[in-house]
Amino acid sequence: MWWYTLKRLFQGVITVWFIATATFIGMHNVPGDPLSGDRATNATIRANLEARYGLDRPVTEQYFIYMRNMLRGDFGISYTQQNREVNDIIREHFPVSATLGILAVLFAAMGGILFGALTALFRNRLPDYIIMFLVILGISVPSFVFAALSQLSLVNMNNVLGFSILPVAGWGTVSHMLLPALVLGLGTMAYMTRLMRSSMLEVMSSDYIRTARAKGLSPTRIFSRHQLRNAVLPVITVLGPAIAAITTGGFVVELVFAIPGLGRYFVQAVQQLDYTVIMGTTVFYGAFLVFMVILVDLVYGWIDPRVRLQ
Amino acid sequence: MENNPVIRRLRPADLEPLSSQSAAPLLVRPSRSYWQDAWGRLKSNKRALVSLYLIIGLLLFTFAGPLVWRVDPALQDIDQISVPPGADRGAMVVDPFVAWDNVSLDDGYQGGTGLSLAGDPTTQSVRLHWDAIPGASGYRVYRNNYPTQDADALGLPLLQINNTQQMYYEDRLDLRAQTYYYSVAALDESGQLTGDYESLQADVVRVITVNEVRARDLSDNPDALQPGDQVRLSWHPLGTDYLGRDMLARLMAGARVSLFIGLLAPLFFVAFGVLYGATSGFVGGRFDSVMMRFADFVVALPFLLFMILFQVVFGIGPGESGIVPMLIALIILSWPATARLVRGQILQIREEAYVSAARLLGASQNYLILRHMIPNTLGVILVTLTFAVPAAIFTEAFLSFIGMGVAPPTASWGSMCNEGLKTMLTHPHELIFPAAMISITVLAFNLLGDGLRDALDAKMRNTE
Repeated sequence: MWWYTLKRLFQGVITVWFIATATFIGMHNVPGDPLSGDRATNATIRANLEARYGLDRPVTEQYFIYMRNMLRGDFGISYTQQNREVNDIIREHFPVSATLGILAVLFAAMGGILFGALTALFRNRLPDYIIMFLVILGISVPSFVFAALSQLSLVNMNNVLGFSILPVAGWGTVSHMLLPALVLGLGTMAYMTRLMRSSMLEVMSSDYIRTARAKGLSPTRIFSRHQLRNAVLPVITVLGPAIAAITTGGFVVELVFAIPGLGRYFVQAVQQLDYTVIMGTTVFYGAFLVFMVILVDLVYGWIDPRVRLQ
Repeated sequence: MENNPVIRRLRPADLEPLSSQSAAPLLVRPSRSYWQDAWGRLKSNKRALVSLYLIIGLLLFTFAGPLVWRVDPALQDIDQISVPPGADRGAMVVDPFVAWDNVSLDDGYQGGTGLSLAGDPTTQSVRLHWDAIPGASGYRVYRNNYPTQDADALGLPLLQINNTQQMYYEDRLDLRAQTYYYSVAALDESGQLTGDYESLQADVVRVITVNEVRARDLSDNPDALQPGDQVRLSWHPLGTDYLGRDMLARLMAGARVSLFIGLLAPLFFVAFGVLYGATSGFVGGRFDSVMMRFADFVVALPFLLFMILFQVVFGIGPGESGIVPMLIALIILSWPATARLVRGQILQIREEAYVSAARLLGASQNYLILRHMIPNTLGVILVTLTFAVPAAIFTEAFLSFIGMGVAPPTASWGSMCNEGLKTMLTHPHELIFPAAMISITVLAFNLLGDGLRDALDAKMRNTE
């Protein structure tokens, strides 16, 4: 287990290095010039700015400086916001995205497990059909449509009721988080419901359930002790990719609900061609996702001993 | 094998059934090939069949639609901006506009009626005049889309008058055929609202001049038109967007972009993934592990971040639509999943008994690939392809929605949703139509993918 953990961590570091290099190569091939526009008005200012950002060095040297700074956890200074460090930007905006993401993952996992178990229990009956129809809808409708429609219906609902049930946009209190998190988690919830359903059905037809029934256990005990516990395992494996999908999917939800998260900031930085912010955010997100996937895999091995043996 | 004379002498002809066995009982049913069987199973799956028809309908909409509905998706109908489907499109013919001067034009105004309309309110102009409000040293004119209830919420301020002489106003600002609520509020000496105001309701009528009718070719005989006649403006079955462009034509143009990316990108990256995975699986050994390690790296790249990054790297110049950069970015980032899948399949099939048997019979490498490997992976590849289409359409819509996809004025369903979001509260049709198109398309391809998986691959069949 320790050896496996070390191996995975080593692989993770290599992957992050690959992401950082790909980002560096990508950003150096962006057409145009970070100092173009009205900032570098004359040659002296231009030279000073180039020296400040290290752009007067050869590309290979820039790459090593970039790597060294990255190892130290220093992502540099923003190009468009004077004297603002990329680290500050991440420190300020990432907790917002993370809170939203954690809530969304919670919604998705709880909803997925609950609805998946329900559909399996009511197989080929009305609740099954209704939930599976909603699941197909959840997989097919893009999150931004859900975001816009939920906002629209919330506005109408608030108008009809005369008071505000939930705020339509913005950030700050728990009530601000509920709707965006639900919208963000919906697609993943649909996917997890499907997964949970097939995994439940598989467990239900297995031998140990028949044995449990034969020895006279009550149906509730079989359900909670034997079925649910075993059926949840595959859902945990997809948690890693789900976290990745939800954190990056947050862009749209942050945009629509006017949430000051890192995703919205990234889109803004791309539009303004803020080189250091783009590179810093990409590498940071990349590293975050890589280690999240590793973490989920390790947790999975801890929960399910069968995986550890392989 | 060379050392064994028995096996070397064996030829396929040696394995032909003996003639004496031809008297064996005949098959009850004619034999069906794998594909015939799969087609039969797909046909019996109602959901998959419906989605197949939906996709055919969608392709017709995209490619035959523009031949039937010949409206330029970039053409702006400035008389009908943000018009919902099925709206009244009548317009009254009027004389060309003449500037209004409250005093010199004789409109029979006597005063004493408070805030009132002079003449009929039309989209050409709305003319207001009012009597002096006691204690006012100036006025501010407001326009609102909703009935005014509160002195603090009178709507859009149109004009501020800092004297008490002018007590009339002519509104010509972007008038639509709807009901407006005008207010005149009294101002004190310092220009602050005193709280006194008067309101009125104006039902604006859409009008058009003869010259405009002629320019837009709305009447067969424009010279015979008299003021007061009705003409019908051009027809937009699904309404228009915020720039007066025809929604139906734009949905068709957007379908072309979305389906172009949604079909072409998966075709390319699945093809590349198949080649990559098949080579890797077939060669095996060290080469295989290096190839797969590289694929793992590409998988680890945060997908959307790199999609956006690539959009920046390729750069969208002026006049370009940004479709090609998105296509390339999708191909670069999406191939590893297919490569992994195909590699796994090849490794599995390589160990199958029938492949060993064929090899034993002296089948060549090419024969093995063409006769056994490809046909047996084709089902899986087809299923992957079907599921890759909605994923690619989703990605395109997502990127265009956040403004990182196709560049305006190119229409795509995602960018139309983005534009529709801004007017969601007042004109929801501009958001709902493109959103529904995306959802239906993605739904159809997902259901077809489910059906194909069930029909083509017994091993992957899910327990639904």
